[in-house]
Amino acid sequence: MAQIELSAIRKSFDGNDVLKGIDFRIADGEFISLVGPSGCGKSTLLRIIAGLEPQNSGEVHIDGRPVDGIRPSARNLAMVFQSYALYPHLSTFDNIAVPLRMRRLSAIERLPLLGALLPGRRAKERHIRADIEGIAEQLDIAPLLRRKPGQLSGGQRQRVAVGRAMVREPLAFLFDEPLSNLDAKLRVHMRAELAELHRRLKATFVYVTHDQAEAMTMSSRIAVMMGGELIQAGTPAEIYHEPGDIRVAEFIGSPKINVLPGRIRKDGGVDVPGTALKLTCNAAAGDCRIGVRPERIELGTGPFSGTVIHLENLGAEAFVHLAVEGTGSRLIARLADVRHLPAMASSVAFGFAPDAVRLFDPAGKRIELRLEQAERIREPAHV
Amino acid sequence: MSNAHPIPFRAILRHVLLIAGAAVMLAPFIWMISTASKPQTEIFSSELHLIPYRFALAENLREAFAKANLLRFLLNGIIVTVSIFVLQVMVALPAAYALAKLRFFGRETLFALVLFGILIPPQATAVPVFLLLHKAGLLDSYAALVLPFTISVFGIFLMRQFFKTVPDDLVDAARMDGISEFGIVWRVMLPAAIPAVTAFGIFSVVAHWNDYFWPLIVLNSEHLRTPPLAVAHFRNSEAGTSYGPLMAAAMVIIAPLVIAFLFAQRRFIEGITLTGIK
Repeated sequence: MAQIELSAIRKSFDGNDVLKGIDFRIADGEFISLVGPSGCGKSTLLRIIAGLEPQNSGEVHIDGRPVDGIRPSARNLAMVFQSYALYPHLSTFDNIAVPLRMRRLSAIERLPLLGALLPGRRAKERHIRADIEGIAEQLDIAPLLRRKPGQLSGGQRQRVAVGRAMVREPLAFLFDEPLSNLDAKLRVHMRAELAELHRRLKATFVYVTHDQAEAMTMSSRIAVMMGGELIQAGTPAEIYHEPGDIRVAEFIGSPKINVLPGRIRKDGGVDVPGTALKLTCNAAAGDCRIGVRPERIELGTGPFSGTVIHLENLGAEAFVHLAVEGTGSRLIARLADVRHLPAMASSVAFGFAPDAVRLFDPAGKRIELRLEQAERIREPAHV
Repeated sequence: MSNAHPIPFRAILRHVLLIAGAAVMLAPFIWMISTASKPQTEIFSSELHLIPYRFALAENLREAFAKANLLRFLLNGIIVTVSIFVLQVMVALPAAYALAKLRFFGRETLFALVLFGILIPPQATAVPVFLLLHKAGLLDSYAALVLPFTISVFGIFLMRQFFKTVPDDLVDAARMDGISEFGIVWRVMLPAAIPAVTAFGIFSVVAHWNDYFWPLIVLNSEHLRTPPLAVAHFRNSEAGTSYGPLMAAAMVIIAPLVIAFLFAQRRFIEGITLTGIK
């Protein structure tokens, strides 16, 4: 159990800044997901926490202790890799035993033949065996202990890798995209299993993924990284509903948030071309971008209209792709009721509630809004 | 109808060519076995026959073992080739690991030097190495046979290429588990690289078991001779060239190689299929 503190972490490879000053605090027992598109530096950050990669500047503290320059194994963290990284020549049992043997046996005791003759070795091996069997029981891999990794399925290898991490009782678990090599169905299953494991162990989990669904479903907090910077951290609900940056809004949520071009008037009112919204803000007049989640688009009524250009019916829900008339932009509406889908190429009226709007300035920063309580969206001025 | 017997002409041609090639390769070998089985009179007879009228293999072998201390020479061969191979692996694996998996200044230059080293024929460095061994007082010893070959640039190159294919995650996992860098070489990389080590072992052992040039120039003492020198000894012996025992001795010194190769080949194929199955 540990808290991890990162201050002003910078890292560059061959002159490319991969991390541009990361400050972040991970509380004890938290399940933190580091999400972002590939190349955003999230894996590098994880490797810096693990000690596999030295940072150019900045400090890592684990439980208040600076760990910079301390070897990975001495930091007492465990890591689960995307490729699982099991030793291919060792059985499942021996794979899980490696960290224990490295820690509990002396160098002489680890020698292949001589070591077995030493007096203390057998008792220690008995303890190791007991620990591994306990872990195997918990993870449901007891029947697999004698198999080699090559004889295991993806999900089983995944469990063995988790077992190897658990057995050393680390201060924190680091996961580097551990589910991305599994097929979609198994991934959903393992998601639940990992979340359950976190609840049981109550340990600190740092989980790197590019899959926002994994981050949303498992974590207690999400940290969104883009281009080497940590843009926003918060609970999944906060990140989803109150994104502080348009890049966060666009990255989290599937399908992507709809973005319409807009304008802020001098009096603080907000216009979508041709239509004034029932909103005001304190920002200076100028261009802005209006974000609305697909599920907040209401079809059938409203001041806007669009042509249906594509339909995706998933059974439980449907996505309607619209080309918005007058602006040339496209948006996606989510329909919960798939029984009443608009026809292809038909024209549909749509609107959205003022509180569904997330406003961003041209640089992508969020602009706070005030709702005008009294009336709904005004009718388009020119109709 | 013409498709009823689909043995295409090209396939027949291919096999004829392959069989002809194999025959050329095998002919000296078969001739050696044939000669080793013939008595002296038949060897010098003018008619050409492969199968001897009277089998004299046992006699020839007995004579070969009586004339020269063949067992001793075989032992020398084993000591030298095994020492060379073990030392080569001990040098090549850590070097290859560093070149493949560690990031340090000048790595690419060092690797280029390794590649450059492959281009240098051993004969080119023979004189300086000979002088070096002379100054060190090591001529005419096992050390003279072994030391010049302990660093195999080919071995470093081969292992480095193989280590490149081992995923970095595996190395990182070992570091997280607390295995030292040298530990990673021997406990993680070596087991993963067994097929490559076996392949390298075949090259190394065959080359040094059969090496005639180097032992010939550094050795004087008879008791240190390696197998090829021992065979040459039959030719030069005062009693005149006795081909029967010479070929019998040649058979004896080739036997360990053939046996070792058959063993290694099986391991080799096993290794390849293991990595192939997923």
